[in-house]
Amino acid sequence: MQKTLTTTALATLLALGATAASAEIRIGASVSATGPAAFLGDPEAKTLEMLVEQINEKGGINGEEIALTLYDDGGDPNKARTFATRLIEDDEVVAIIGGSTTGTSMSILSVAEDNEIPFISLAGAIEIIDPVKPFTFKTPHTDRMACQKIFEDMQKQGITTIGMISGTDGFGASMQAQCKDVVGEYGITVAADETYNPTDADMTTQLTKIRNTEGVQAVLNPGFGQGPSIVTRNYRQLAIDLPLYQSHGVASDGFIELAGAEAAEGVRLPGTALLIADQLGADDPQKAVVDAYKTAFEEKTGTSVGTFGGYAHDAFLILTDAITRAGSAEPQAIRDAIEATSGLAGTTGVYTMSPENHLGLDLSAFRMLEIKGGEWTVVE
Amino acid sequence: MPELLQFLFSGVTVGAVYALVALGFTIIYNASDVVNFAQGEFVMLGGMLTFVCHAAGLPLPLAALIAIAATSAIGVAMNKLAIEPARGAPVVSLIIITIGASIFIRGGAQLLFGKQIHSFPAFSGDTPLRIGGATILPQSLWVIGGAVVVFVGLWLFFTRTLTGRAVLATSNNRLAAQLVGINTGFVMTLSFALSAGIGALAGVLATPITLTSYDVGLAFALKGFAAAMLGGMGNPKGALAGGFLLGLIEALTAGYLSSQYKDAAAFVVILLVLFFMPQGLFGQKSVDRV
Repeated sequence: MQKTLTTTALATLLALGATAASAEIRIGASVSATGPAAFLGDPEAKTLEMLVEQINEKGGINGEEIALTLYDDGGDPNKARTFATRLIEDDEVVAIIGGSTTGTSMSILSVAEDNEIPFISLAGAIEIIDPVKPFTFKTPHTDRMACQKIFEDMQKQGITTIGMISGTDGFGASMQAQCKDVVGEYGITVAADETYNPTDADMTTQLTKIRNTEGVQAVLNPGFGQGPSIVTRNYRQLAIDLPLYQSHGVASDGFIELAGAEAAEGVRLPGTALLIADQLGADDPQKAVVDAYKTAFEEKTGTSVGTFGGYAHDAFLILTDAITRAGSAEPQAIRDAIEATSGLAGTTGVYTMSPENHLGLDLSAFRMLEIKGGEWTVVE
Repeated sequence: MPELLQFLFSGVTVGAVYALVALGFTIIYNASDVVNFAQGEFVMLGGMLTFVCHAAGLPLPLAALIAIAATSAIGVAMNKLAIEPARGAPVVSLIIITIGASIFIRGGAQLLFGKQIHSFPAFSGDTPLRIGGATILPQSLWVIGGAVVVFVGLWLFFTRTLTGRAVLATSNNRLAAQLVGINTGFVMTLSFALSAGIGALAGVLATPITLTSYDVGLAFALKGFAAAMLGGMGNPKGALAGGFLLGLIEALTAGYLSSQYKDAAAFVVILLVLFFMPQGLFGQKSVDRV
């Protein structure tokens, strides 16, 4: 008995000593790896785990390993709030990445701001960083920027009247609202505004209505998941001869596969450099980072990279870059360093933060892409 | 006119999917009065397993057969492992067990197959058929054909075969059925195998149109259940009519009213029908002989 006790005590002591010797940087994340927002959270979680593994293999940052605590909030803002509190109080993290959805991001940011822990959100809404909050940053461009990019392209082609067909899921509904809000600035009117349920099997009815609406010159489909693929197929089935615009929500090779290369021919959407990794010029600042992420992710998961995993990649990149530059893992120092991020090339765009801008991207981060022969091409 | 025709085609396409799912509900319901909420999961498994086998290099017909057989086996396993041990429990408890089974199957599919959306090629190509200025995909005809064939098969099964009558007898009075020599345990196993097989067939036929992922089952089950209730639970004729009716109501509402109200309109019609005809359109009033 006595002996066992001593051994246990010794083991505990050793364990304690070991922890103290190799200090680690604790980073927390809460993403929606399951539930209705799993399409966002799943690639994000996989990306974060992969990147932490990669960086630790190379010896960590400033000689310290990174320990990632990853929670799955299932898209529930209440759970996200609980996890954020747990990350800060129990896991004692120095920074938080996460909030796959706007709802979960808003809950995490209030906890992070109260505790003065830097937080990088992966969600689309502008409300997260506008007005600017001292400890909150985000990596994805906003839905509004996607709308602006699309309308810019339409304007160039002299399109003034469009029809919209939007999914009623969170992504589709949010982008539909943003687009309708900003469309007037481009002198474009929405003549037909249809919706579909994300689980619907056939959208020919809605598309027939749009086609029969007088004056419609192009169709825009904000949505995510199988909906846009079915819309694209039905569009060809009805042989509608107008330009079809999809959103950045389906900017992944999986979309071309599901819709079929033939049906997807000519579809335009605002995408990131990730989709055209092989077409980036050698002098493109994003070339190296995009190539590295795409190769590693596709090798590890066997699925094609998408915009959303890229958001997590960029959040992690901004954070590690900031910790490296700060030379310290104190939350305040990390925050200051993130705000000073300048010209950092990520997969989504080139980030330059400032005290007034906690997103650091502009419209140039989006590239207008067109599907030609089953491949993504850049529209000049 | 072409506009109306297109709406009708759209309604019939969607309606055929609903009808196929609704038909799957009838057998288990007829054998045990249990509404099997895992029926949507059978549809998902049919599509998903076909995709997996097809992606592994098997020809499509073989992949579909394997998927249907495997799903039937899963249906039997569900009966043996989840329903049979609870024998004697009230119907409501059994229904709750099927909800649990559906969550289990969905979770398993998520772990095994991942969260990606998948599809496989349509059986007769993607070139739409043009009829009177409207278009319909050849695959829609496969789904419609499948629904009709399953309907005729079920109708013959329940009215013309001894086994089918044994199923009905088991539902009517399990003890009496046992007394006249019906193996009620076998009837239950058979009904789960058939229901799962029909569900899987629905998945195989519909996936080129609807696409599939681990979580499509719930939506299928809800719409299929609504269609079955509308037509009259347990009646193959009701399931077929309910499915097509639901699809047409949705398409016509989306076409002439607004796509915003499509689902709402369908459910209002269902509520009205159930209010005036609680047994559904073709359901039989349950008469107890004293």
